[in-house]
Amino acid sequence: MLLSRLVAKNAFRHKLRTALTVVGIVVAITAFGLLRTIVDAWYAGANASSSARLVTRSAVSLVFSLPLTYAQKIRQVDGVKSVSWANWFGGVYISERNFFPQFAIDAPTYLDMYPEFLLAAVERKAFVTDRKGAVVGRKLAQQYGWKVGDTIPLRGTIYSGNWNFTLRGIYDADKGVDQSTMYFHWEYLNESIRKLYPRRADQTGVFIVQLKDPAQAAEVSAAIDAMFKNSLAETLTETEKAFQLSFVAMTESILLAIQAVSFVVIVIIMAVMANTMAMTARERGSEYATLKALGFSGGFVARLILAESLGIALLGGALAILLTGPIARAFADRMGTLFPIFFVSEETMLFQVAAAFGVGVVAAAFPMWRTASVRIVDGLRAVA
Amino acid sequence: MGLPFAYIARNIARRRLTTALTAGGMALVVYVFATVLMLAAGLEATLVTTGRPDNVVVIRRAAQTEVQSGVDRTQAGVVQSLPDIAIGGDGQKLVSKEVVVLINLPKRESGKPSNVVIRGVMPVGVDLRPQVKLVEGRMFRPGTAEVIAGRSIASRFQGAGLGETLRFASADWTVVGIFDAGRTGFDSEIWGDSEQMMQAFRRLAFSALVLRLADTERFDAVKQQIESDPRLTLEAKRETRFYADQSEMLSKFISYLGTTISIIFSVGAVIGAMITMYASVASRTAEIGTLRALGFSRTAILVAFLVEALLLGAIGGIVGLVAASFMQALAISTTNFQTFAELAFSFKLTPRIVVASLVFALAMGLVGGFLPAARAARLKIVDALRAA
Repeated sequence: MLLSRLVAKNAFRHKLRTALTVVGIVVAITAFGLLRTIVDAWYAGANASSSARLVTRSAVSLVFSLPLTYAQKIRQVDGVKSVSWANWFGGVYISERNFFPQFAIDAPTYLDMYPEFLLAAVERKAFVTDRKGAVVGRKLAQQYGWKVGDTIPLRGTIYSGNWNFTLRGIYDADKGVDQSTMYFHWEYLNESIRKLYPRRADQTGVFIVQLKDPAQAAEVSAAIDAMFKNSLAETLTETEKAFQLSFVAMTESILLAIQAVSFVVIVIIMAVMANTMAMTARERGSEYATLKALGFSGGFVARLILAESLGIALLGGALAILLTGPIARAFADRMGTLFPIFFVSEETMLFQVAAAFGVGVVAAAFPMWRTASVRIVDGLRAVA
Repeated sequence: MGLPFAYIARNIARRRLTTALTAGGMALVVYVFATVLMLAAGLEATLVTTGRPDNVVVIRRAAQTEVQSGVDRTQAGVVQSLPDIAIGGDGQKLVSKEVVVLINLPKRESGKPSNVVIRGVMPVGVDLRPQVKLVEGRMFRPGTAEVIAGRSIASRFQGAGLGETLRFASADWTVVGIFDAGRTGFDSEIWGDSEQMMQAFRRLAFSALVLRLADTERFDAVKQQIESDPRLTLEAKRETRFYADQSEMLSKFISYLGTTISIIFSVGAVIGAMITMYASVASRTAEIGTLRALGFSRTAILVAFLVEALLLGAIGGIVGLVAASFMQALAISTTNFQTFAELAFSFKLTPRIVVASLVFALAMGLVGGFLPAARAARLKIVDALRAA
């Protein structure tokens, strides 16, 4: 008890210095948490994917489409429960700055395959029966203030022209699932394409394959790809997770940079904190020598320094964790749909605690060693 | 009268550990700050120099990128017949009708796939880009399944090296040459014969036309002719503008993220400098009193501590910049969000970045040192002398 009071008194002896150090730690640990959350957001798509779904795309690259007739053939493969398809639309809402993904889907099969999208039965029915209907995620609807019944105009970049959709439903989902996407009928897109570019009709970007048994993913993928080998449009089938991860891999270097930077901020704050502790211990050289002269061991004095350092670091860390949540929310609001899934995970918070702990220990290491090993006479003689 | 500089400098040198930790913290901040700026500058340099101001890219209206665009043969013919297009040495108009597609290739090191641009060009297309030079092997022969690969693709992707073969569009393509495009975006592409690519990918329309203006001043006239022609659903952009637009999102993202990070980091470093300078003032209270008693003014004391803080900042700034300058040896590659294709670029240290980083470092020192210096200057002589 007495000991903890001594540590507390020591820690706040230089109020300004301690306050500054705590502020520094709060800034650093908050930044660390925010950067890790950004990295998490990148992987969110992959984490939300189901192991019971496969994605079949053109083997050349995603830019090439596949003929719709493949759906029939894929359905016949052993282990396939159902098949749906989706096509990237790439439309622009008013201006290029309002980016959000849009997919033309085969609505009934697609919605059955993605039970994580929670859509009211009435809205689902309204969407399925309206050829020009669309559904959007809750976040997207909130961002642009859309209500059911609104018309959403898009300008096509891949399929040129102006397209109008009527909003028929807004889906909700778990916080780990993308709620910033717009879905509309592939059939509507296809009809228009048939008029404009007959050669590009009856094609789709990807097929989504629901498996009877997730354990069969490898065999079914191989069977599908083998079926179309040496055809005009060869396919590449992979699990939904692998498909999502291939997007992450494309921007891997940016991710690595963000990760590196999140550790640099910890190193910077270690330098600041170590500096504080070094100065503190140096100034109290004679006090610690006195304690040792009274019979306290070197280890005891070292533990005093460690406790003080850890106290300051963990105080900063705790404040930072409290701050990270609101800041992450504000950041997500400003970023809009760029990061559709953005929340501070428990893992990140654990990392933040670990970082604060690490900073406290490393900062105390050198002063601990010096104070514990210095000779009492030298310590008493020393002047700050 | 001011305090001698040597006195100030010696104070910095006296407490080595503290100086090293504070300047080290600042050096890291400056390093991150400079690196991000260098990255943005490198990206810009790569994409801006990719184009030439007297070249014009024609794509389908609202297509944004060549991959999304389509220009059929009739439309291409109309554009080709426009006046104001430069004539080459052989009397032909300098217009290249090109096919641009993306293919998925695995990387050499990780085996992970990424999208690479395949560009089918006409022979004149090579003349339109004088920065593209063959460094190994030979040019592809029109009408054959031969391709040449950009330097940064050849080294990083499986099957893209000289003499190796790539398989795409149900055919095997032999890499017969490696070209260097002087660190432009073309370094991240594979080139082959335009007509051959049309056949292989079963396309009826070209992706884009690239033409050279006879007179670069005539751009607006050509743009007007193309965009007002009812037969054409195309738009024209100067090649420089076209590539700059494609890097907009990525470079904005990099500088936005970089600035935010630098600001957050600098708060940490400023606090570090403040703590150090406060301690420096506190441990020298008696000394300050003596100096004041000797007749040095409050201003002289203020200046002395500010200079000490600036010196700390300068050390941090220089160390950080030197570390950042080594990054120039590194090339980085990532997928450009807008074109969805792989793009290699490097860090580029410009004089502006050097100045900006040093100013940033000095500013951190100044902000961190101001309050402690003011406290030192405000000390009363008697109190300060008594503090000893």
